[in-house]
Amino acid sequence: MCTNKKYTLSDEIVDYINECLSKEHPESYLIAILHKVQGIYGFLSEIHLDEVAHLLQVPTANVYGVATFYHYFRLKPRGQFAISVCMGTACFVKGADSVLTSFKSELGIDMGETTSDGLFSLEGTRCIGVCALAPVVTINDRVYSNVVSQQVSQILNEIKAAERV
Amino acid sequence: MPEILKKYGKIKETLDYASTDVKSTGITVIQVGSATCENAAGAEAVKFEFQKLINASGRDNIVIKQTGCTGRCSQEPIVGVFAPDNFPVKYKQVTVDKVAEIFQSHVLGGTPVVSLMLDKNTNIIYDHIITFCETNYEKRPDHLELSELFQERLAHHGISNERVRVLKGGNIGLSRFEDDDQHAVMIVFPENVIYRYETVEAMDEIIKEHIIDKTINQKYLIHTEKLTEEYMKFYGDVSFFNKQSRITLRNCGIIDPENITDYIHAQGFKALALILEKNDPEWIINEILDSGLRGRGGGGFPVGAKWRNTRTLKQDPIKYVICNADEGDPGAFMDRSALEGDPFSIIEGMTIGAFSMGASKGYLYIRAEYPLAIARIENAIKIAREYGFLGKDILGSGFDFDLEIRLGAGAFVCGEETALIHSIEGLRGQPRIRPPYPSLSGLWGHPTCINNVETWANIPPIIIYGAEWFNRIGTVGSKGTKVFALAGKVKNTGLIEVPMGTTLREVIFDIGGGVFGDNQFKAVQTGGPSGGCIPEHLIDTPIDYESLKEVGSMMGSGGMIVLDHTDCMVQTARYFLEFTQDESCGKCLPCREGTLRMLEILERITTGQAVMADLDKLYRLGNMIKKTSLCGLGQSAPNPVLSAIENFREEFEIHIKEHRCPTQKCSKLISYHVIADKCTGCTLCARRCPVLCITGGRKQVHEIIQSQCIKCGECFNVCKFDAIQKI
Ligand SMILES: Cc1cc2nc3c(=O)[nH]c(=O)nc-3n(C[C@H](O)[C@H](O)[C@H](O)COP(=O)(O)O)c2cc1C
Ligand code: SF4
Ligand code: SF4
Ligand code: SF4
Ligand code: FES
Ligand code: FES
Repeated sequence: MCTNKKYTLSDEIVDYINECLSKEHPESYLIAILHKVQGIYGFLSEIHLDEVAHLLQVPTANVYGVATFYHYFRLKPRGQFAISVCMGTACFVKGADSVLTSFKSELGIDMGETTSDGLFSLEGTRCIGVCALAPVVTINDRVYSNVVSQQVSQILNEIKAAERV
Repeated sequence: MPEILKKYGKIKETLDYASTDVKSTGITVIQVGSATCENAAGAEAVKFEFQKLINASGRDNIVIKQTGCTGRCSQEPIVGVFAPDNFPVKYKQVTVDKVAEIFQSHVLGGTPVVSLMLDKNTNIIYDHIITFCETNYEKRPDHLELSELFQERLAHHGISNERVRVLKGGNIGLSRFEDDDQHAVMIVFPENVIYRYETVEAMDEIIKEHIIDKTINQKYLIHTEKLTEEYMKFYGDVSFFNKQSRITLRNCGIIDPENITDYIHAQGFKALALILEKNDPEWIINEILDSGLRGRGGGGFPVGAKWRNTRTLKQDPIKYVICNADEGDPGAFMDRSALEGDPFSIIEGMTIGAFSMGASKGYLYIRAEYPLAIARIENAIKIAREYGFLGKDILGSGFDFDLEIRLGAGAFVCGEETALIHSIEGLRGQPRIRPPYPSLSGLWGHPTCINNVETWANIPPIIIYGAEWFNRIGTVGSKGTKVFALAGKVKNTGLIEVPMGTTLREVIFDIGGGVFGDNQFKAVQTGGPSGGCIPEHLIDTPIDYESLKEVGSMMGSGGMIVLDHTDCMVQTARYFLEFTQDESCGKCLPCREGTLRMLEILERITTGQAVMADLDKLYRLGNMIKKTSLCGLGQSAPNPVLSAIENFREEFEIHIKEHRCPTQKCSKLISYHVIADKCTGCTLCARRCPVLCITGGRKQVHEIIQSQCIKCGECFNVCKFDAIQKI
């Protein structure tokens, strides 16, 4: 095995994986590692998956299998502002679909897509546990509650305005 | 020699509790909730604003306390102002602009701001608010409700109902020594005293002394160290809260979840010290068995039996306990709230369980979508270790136990126990055939006990108050309380906890305040994607594992979603099936392919392309999937559909035979039209239509080209003049 391999993964992650290797059942930390990688890079690229497999010494196929099994992991980058519309039951019942429709038509993209300027991406999530304030939308870390479709353009405009300054 | 209890006592002594305790003289506590809901509603900024004002006032006897939540989500952010000998005042929807008024008028000036108070229907400031424990009144010979009787007596003494407010509460939660069928209990605010009495004469004595002479009646006064006392003292004067009985959520909204001092003063880790002192694992397991506690994660398996199996089935030096905090039911948030509001109690419950089963390592499997819950439990684990409640040689007992957090990654099936184990092992979360059950062969092949968050949180009180006490709460087959996440079309959305046996009606109408906007109640969905919809005529069903199963639903983990007459049952069924279909792990054929075929049929029904034979096919297919699927996901996936067909068959038939959706929710079965009289020609709809199928110039009546319309509803949503109608 080549020992001088230079990784594109940050030192922080490489160190973390090495730390995992010193624990019992190192391969069980795979999901935790992928969370860390996605936390830093925003998504899981092919090269990063490869490097994780190499460092953790598990087959790339396994890493890829795990990365594709769980909805939380993304294999594509998302926009600077990641819009997730909750599609959980409470939000569904309170009209999440019309909120989603508004986002789609305002942004001109479908679920899972990113606007051409890379500013917004749109996705659905499954319940973030704020069901009592449904419908709920999160944009990056900010939670918008009791959203109605008429509000959508205003929300987007505010973000765009804040971006311009 | 009670060494361990002594050590526990010593730790407790070293903690400085008085400085933040309302009961210490002169201290005013401003309590701001801090859980995901509150933060979404802006609680952080409110807390910051109060802190600014406190600093500016230069007072050092006003403290801010952060707590978890009380579950009153729709009224968040809720702020409590607690001063000794004053009513515990709770303010609702406190935004930053209201902070100054509350601070000036109430905190500094002593005059509550009535208009902002929670659940305040009048402007009257009462002398007293009295909450009655009304759980046993059916057993009284005269069937008279105590609160009514009391009001009669008040009138008899000439006391106006403008001075004293009388509330009907739920079970105040006394321990077995105080709670029997003869005695009744009331709690009087603002003095926060509890009276226990037997006769009408006693009521009269209490009225004379307490209400008229303004002294505390010593004869009927009781002091308890009981579970829900703190909760009732803070929240017992509000109807939404006092109909509940809080065991699982006993500390949520009362203590600071990031502060071990608060937890220990709420009897935290006492149960752990007790069992370590007793050093008898069998005793613990028997106690849990006798309590009748059943798993709160959905299945309702007796907890004691699972623990006994894990302890005895296999001699293995390595055993594990796991807390299932995957909370996959979309629309439920009980576990999140418990983790955010009282993380230490889950740690304590798990440690007690581990001791009884001989496990020295535990895992908390939490879904990644709950960042605050993860942070709170991480923090709690760290602190518990520092104080010696986790780690090596816990409290000097020689018992070692530690916890590790593992994150989920958004797969519903990982809530299933064998899939969860695979996920912790770092694999794809696919279930496997049981047996062997995890209690025999679980994590890395070792005996493993998996319980739900709520289940673990129930352990410490059972140890402290005893199996017999717990056994008295609830119904014959379902003991204790259950937490529900009330959401959907209900007025008071939020988190509630009620004794088993409470009816759905009581939960939705008495606590939940009925249907939102006074729409008509249609059904309530329990059990999430594995459960079903319960129609109106079954709403008096008591909440317990068996009764809910009998009406075609299930207890589930506690999601409760209220539907009103504008909700389409076919759509609701399709929603759940789409969910389970998407979440099916694909390992076995009936679930992977069967749910897809079912979904296709439902798709046909909602688009007007189905025939009546499809309904039978749906039914047969559903039952086949239930019987032949490998894991619980597939075995229960058809439930929402089957129960909808059973209870709302007519609605399905209208879709199929008349190509009509009675609630106008199925987009393919409706069409949008411009009402010429109302259209002002503002052009908004034409600009927003994604397929540009609306014609008409400025100030002209617009028209929709029906053949091109994709029925997205955008025009209907955006028109400011109600000029678009759905038919
Ligand atoms: C598809 C599926 C999803 C589940 N999701 C959860 C869950 O999110 N939380 C949970 O506690 N139990 C869930 N369960 C139940 C668990 O398999 C297991 O029975 C439970 O965690 C045992 O704990 P308890 O006995 O304390 O309820 C799920 C089961 C199935 C089949
Ligand atoms: S029933 Fe569904 S989720 Fe369960 S193992 Fe089979 S395919 Fe997977
Ligand atoms: S939005 Fe309404 S009022 Fe404006 S053009 Fe369309 S239908 Fe007419
Ligand atoms: S429903 Fe959608 S597609 Fe049809 S006219 Fe309205 S905006 Fe256009
Ligand atoms: S259903 Fe949307 S937050 Fe729970
Ligand atoms: S306020 Fe805590 S769960 Fe909503």
